[in-house]
Amino acid sequence: MARIKLTKVPFAGTPEQEAALNAKLDELKSVPGGLMPALQFAQELYGYLPIEVQTKIAQALGMSLEEVFGVATFYSQFTLSPRGQYQVSVCMGTACYVKGAGDLVDALKAKFGIESGECTDDGKFSLIETRCIGCCGLAPVLTVNANVYGKVTTNQLDGIVSEYK
Amino acid sequence: MYRNTVLVCGGTGCHSNHSSEIYDRFQELVAANGMTEEVLLVKTGCFGLCAVGPVVIIYPEGSFYSQVQVSDVDELVSEHLVKGRIVERLIYKDLDSPEVVKALSETNFYKSQTRIALRNCGVINPEDIDEYIAYDGYQALIKVLTEMTPEEVIQTVLDSGLRGRGGAGFPTGLKWRFARNAKPDETGIKYVCCNADEGDPGAFMDRSILEGDPHAVIEAMAIAAYAIGSNQGYIYVRAEYPIAVQRMRIAIEQAKEYGLLGKNILGLGFDFDLGIRLGSGAFVCGEETALMTSIEGKRGEPRPRPPFPANKGLFQKPTILNNVETYANIAQIILKGADWFRSMGTEKSPGTKVFALGGKITNTGLVEIPMGTTLRTVIEDIGGGIPNGKKFKAAQTGGPSGGCIPAEHMDVPIDFENLAAIGSIMGSGGLIVMDEDNCMVDIAKFFLLFTKDESCGKCTPCRIGTTRLLEYLDKITSGKGELSDLDEMEKLCYYIKDNSLCGLGQTAPNPVLATLRFFRDEYVAHIVDKKCPAGVCKALLSYEVLDTCKGCTLCARNCPVNAISGAVKQMHTIDQSKCIKCGVCMDKCKFKAIVRK
Repeated sequence: MARIKLTKVPFAGTPEQEAALNAKLDELKSVPGGLMPALQFAQELYGYLPIEVQTKIAQALGMSLEEVFGVATFYSQFTLSPRGQYQVSVCMGTACYVKGAGDLVDALKAKFGIESGECTDDGKFSLIETRCIGCCGLAPVLTVNANVYGKVTTNQLDGIVSEYK
Repeated sequence: MYRNTVLVCGGTGCHSNHSSEIYDRFQELVAANGMTEEVLLVKTGCFGLCAVGPVVIIYPEGSFYSQVQVSDVDELVSEHLVKGRIVERLIYKDLDSPEVVKALSETNFYKSQTRIALRNCGVINPEDIDEYIAYDGYQALIKVLTEMTPEEVIQTVLDSGLRGRGGAGFPTGLKWRFARNAKPDETGIKYVCCNADEGDPGAFMDRSILEGDPHAVIEAMAIAAYAIGSNQGYIYVRAEYPIAVQRMRIAIEQAKEYGLLGKNILGLGFDFDLGIRLGSGAFVCGEETALMTSIEGKRGEPRPRPPFPANKGLFQKPTILNNVETYANIAQIILKGADWFRSMGTEKSPGTKVFALGGKITNTGLVEIPMGTTLRTVIEDIGGGIPNGKKFKAAQTGGPSGGCIPAEHMDVPIDFENLAAIGSIMGSGGLIVMDEDNCMVDIAKFFLLFTKDESCGKCTPCRIGTTRLLEYLDKITSGKGELSDLDEMEKLCYYIKDNSLCGLGQTAPNPVLATLRFFRDEYVAHIVDKKCPAGVCKALLSYEVLDTCKGCTLCARNCPVNAISGAVKQMHTIDQSKCIKCGVCMDKCKFKAIVRK
């Protein structure tokens, strides 16, 4: 279990986002086990799960904030802090690991000057070590948002990152 | 009738290598040449040979084109499709006979395979139910609903000897019988669930089946529902598999349109509805009770058994949960019979198993082999051996719950019992090959780091035990280990195994136990000699400049921490206190004057 860090970034949800969330919560109110789909939808919508949004979900689904927070912090894909504009995820599955994914992480940490799970000060890049994404045939693999890069070597990293500046 | 059929692999591996753009380019050029009536383009699921993707196959010739680039499509269209001439330079060739152009089924990679669970992957368009139906799709469901009683269905599955492909190998038919016999509460509800939370790193067969043949899973779940008396099912898919989720959604919609899911299926009076639930990145949710807790919308923590899910599972109702690959065998067993299934594999483990080959192996990808095939056949014949002339050290099976198989056991026939006897497990089928450059202590540490992170924290033996075990491994890999640690670790391993609540904790020590059993000498080298024989554990390494150094300054300019000093044309030196052991200097040196010790 990782220590939970709450973000200091102020909540900046738009009325459109709120309307979309309300509509979804209305639909999920009567679905058994609707909390997970609600959190997944909210994270997709806001990019993360601000405490304000969790409170809203708790109220709509008739449960306590503690319960919602408990679920939100249990699953590694839910994040309570905003992510960078570009999320660089290095696959740390076994196949990638034995082919040097750890070296990619080290090089990216040095390049960005951040640790895994953190975001650069300008909000551009966040670095994540992810679980196996099932592209083992292309190991080692990293993704930048939805783009997948296979058979990556450390000296390709500058080139890949420069695509996103 | 089409003159040619062009199959473009749309599996995740090829997709990330721009196979969608290849498909689009084909579409464009086929139209430009006025051949839309003659050439059928199909975007399929995974072909299995991910190492040489993106893959394109053109029928009727069966030409297997590998590593196709978007820029190659012009030539494939103008030569193969227009003039009927095979483009030899793009044809996949076996390493041992590179001059021969073979049919796909004759290549080393495919010829030892028997495809049941993967039979439609790479063959049909997974987003078109008609193609599945054309390959006997939903025939088994019709047979079951019109000709068989639920008891007969269960007996057939039981007779086939099919065992759970998720790892534990529990007889599938028995699971179904327990759930059939379980008394539901006053609501009468029972559930059928599919475990598609494929969390073992290095395993991706379930993903490929969902992406390549989603209807096979839907059909089997409907059959299971009929057999146990259920009307509602859930597929729990991990969120890391977006393409699989999308194709499954399309498949469910199409099945509903065709009256193969929903109320009164095919007018035969049987109702079955199916929903998708997404995981959110918790490995423990692959454990059956944790998965059900997660579908209920809670923290995915396991619960003690008994009561078993067959009696009290999802929402406290009788439930069966089977793995994706298990389901992918069901329709074929119903159609072809238990004896047909038993004719493959071994007596106690009939049928086939899909393995995901990864790591230090030439043909990375997905293979389906009869149970009882030896590891040697899988690695040397199908897998094409170890690349770069390196030596095989071990194959890791079963992911974080499994063990490793060293070279001396390469001729053991793979089945549930044999793998258990040598201290590994079948697991879900990830098979990662390691060569002499992989440190087995480091691998054990890698898996412990994984299980420690993924331990849900509910029970102490797993939560604290994995943390302590990892501390021992950290100590050893940083050169501070003592020989007595090995015995202490072993004791702790058995304590965790015996006392943990669920499968995650009970199997978490396996990577340590297996490496201690087969590679104890590597542990001893770390502890006594303070050396990492494979040169992986950084704390035990040092880089040194030899006197063959020409003083070209390339290393010093590339060192990220400025640990290298020296004048031009003078021998350089590395400041060991600054060095972070990244190895860049050794890679950059053109004179091989820097060595790792």
